[in-house]
Amino acid sequence: MAQITLKNISCGYDNKPVITDLSFEINKGDYIVIVGENGSGKSTLIKTLLGLIPTISGKISFQGNFSRKNIGYLPQQTIVQKDFPATVQEVVMSGFHSKHRFFPFYTKAEKTIAKNNLEKLGVYDLSPRCFRELSGGQQQRVLLARALCSASKMLVLDEPTGGLDSSATEEMYSIIKSLNDEGITIIMISHDISSALKYATHILFAHSTAFYGTKEEFIKSELGKKYKHFVGGHIGGHINE
Amino acid sequence: MNNVFETLGYYLSLPFVRYALIVGVLVSLCASLLGVTLVLKRFSFIGDGLSHTAFGAIAIASVLGLTNNTILVLPVTIICAILLLKTSQNKRINGDALIAILAVSSLAIGYLLLNVFHVSSNVSGDVCSTLFGSTSILTLSSSDVWLAISLAVVVIIFFIVFHNKIFALTFDENFAKASGTNTDLYNILIATIIAIVIVIAMNLVGSLLVSALIIFPALSSMRVFKSFFAVTLSSAILSVICALFGMLASILLETPVGATIIVADLIAFAIFSIIGKFTKAAKY
Repeated sequence: MAQITLKNISCGYDNKPVITDLSFEINKGDYIVIVGENGSGKSTLIKTLLGLIPTISGKISFQGNFSRKNIGYLPQQTIVQKDFPATVQEVVMSGFHSKHRFFPFYTKAEKTIAKNNLEKLGVYDLSPRCFRELSGGQQQRVLLARALCSASKMLVLDEPTGGLDSSATEEMYSIIKSLNDEGITIIMISHDISSALKYATHILFAHSTAFYGTKEEFIKSELGKKYKHFVGGHIGGHINE
Repeated sequence: MNNVFETLGYYLSLPFVRYALIVGVLVSLCASLLGVTLVLKRFSFIGDGLSHTAFGAIAIASVLGLTNNTILVLPVTIICAILLLKTSQNKRINGDALIAILAVSSLAIGYLLLNVFHVSSNVSGDVCSTLFGSTSILTLSSSDVWLAISLAVVVIIFFIVFHNKIFALTFDENFAKASGTNTDLYNILIATIIAIVIVIAMNLVGSLLVSALIIFPALSSMRVFKSFFAVTLSSAILSVICALFGMLASILLETPVGATIIVADLIAFAIFSIIGKFTKAAKY
């Protein structure tokens, strides 16, 4: 079941496209990994999808009763969050902030959802703690719980394992996989092609002429052959270009 | 000691002193509420930039001979505030460089205009009181006081009603925007409030010291408290205490009002820093 279709999308800042004429469809339960070199437009593409920057041309359409409100977002962390005085509870509850226009408090039902999400991600016992004092992996899980509070049909993740050590990275991947198994659509930017190929159903290779296809199509493509040595996940490595 | 209370009692019986105390406390409260967001968003210096701009606008107003200079100063400051917040989102234009340019140019042009047009017989005295605060806090009329009270009430209601949105916007603007919040609108609202608070606060502490009123209570509170709510609450309380204490001390010791309030804030900051060190709560 299609949730979003993108037709002939060109995106970029200030009318300078980094990705041109990209068309694809996002279906319920897809696990799409966006790979590509630095500056190839990975973040620009998801920001366009989220409506943070306008499209230069093309059309993004939401199918059926799916809308932008159903997308939860895990952005990259910014410098502001490094020393921000906030408890885990405050951070997670902020996932609901856009649901109230003028009502200044969160509801009981929302608090229960937040609790469930924190428990699901194994960070509920951290709720009274200060966010900036947590480890990188814990912080990402809290932010993932916040994304789940804001929406539960689709998650857009911008390098969720960036800056994490290898065991935290593995945990993050298995959490994302289990969310995907529950039927949540995953769209994730990653530097890590071997993990991308391990979990993804579809690959989007960001480039001025981007490639989109199933994992199998990617492996068979000319582009995929270039990255053949990563296929199967025997070699755990990163591409840093 | 009795003498101290007698003196205070005498001053407090004067209506203009009571007005000054009310407005001073309310303005400090509003400034400290804003301060939390501004410090966390790395906009500490916006207060400085804007108050200097306001100084330029005051100079223009007196050259034009406007009796009520708020008519000119407030809109100019609001426009500059929106401009500064907007451009600092654009990473290619350096936000703090822009603030610096705006601040020094306004100061220079303002001082130049005042000297060229000889609007008063005592230019340097006027300039000094605009920069460092003055007795103008004691010359407030009751309509000024009501204006300040109503603005303060609006600001406080804004912060209570939108507490959660302000948190979301400060903590992670991209997330807030992606989840459907009109971040541009809130940024403009916040910029407008900053401008209003600064224009009122300038009467109290002067344009050079106004940013201290904004950043000190927030910075002090962040040394001790770990949650956004606690930091906001503590800033508000701390700011009110320091403003009240500073104003009363300046009456008794006959010191300049603005400078005394800021020194009170500085002392509070030192105390909170020490507490923070001992409790090891803060990494700020």
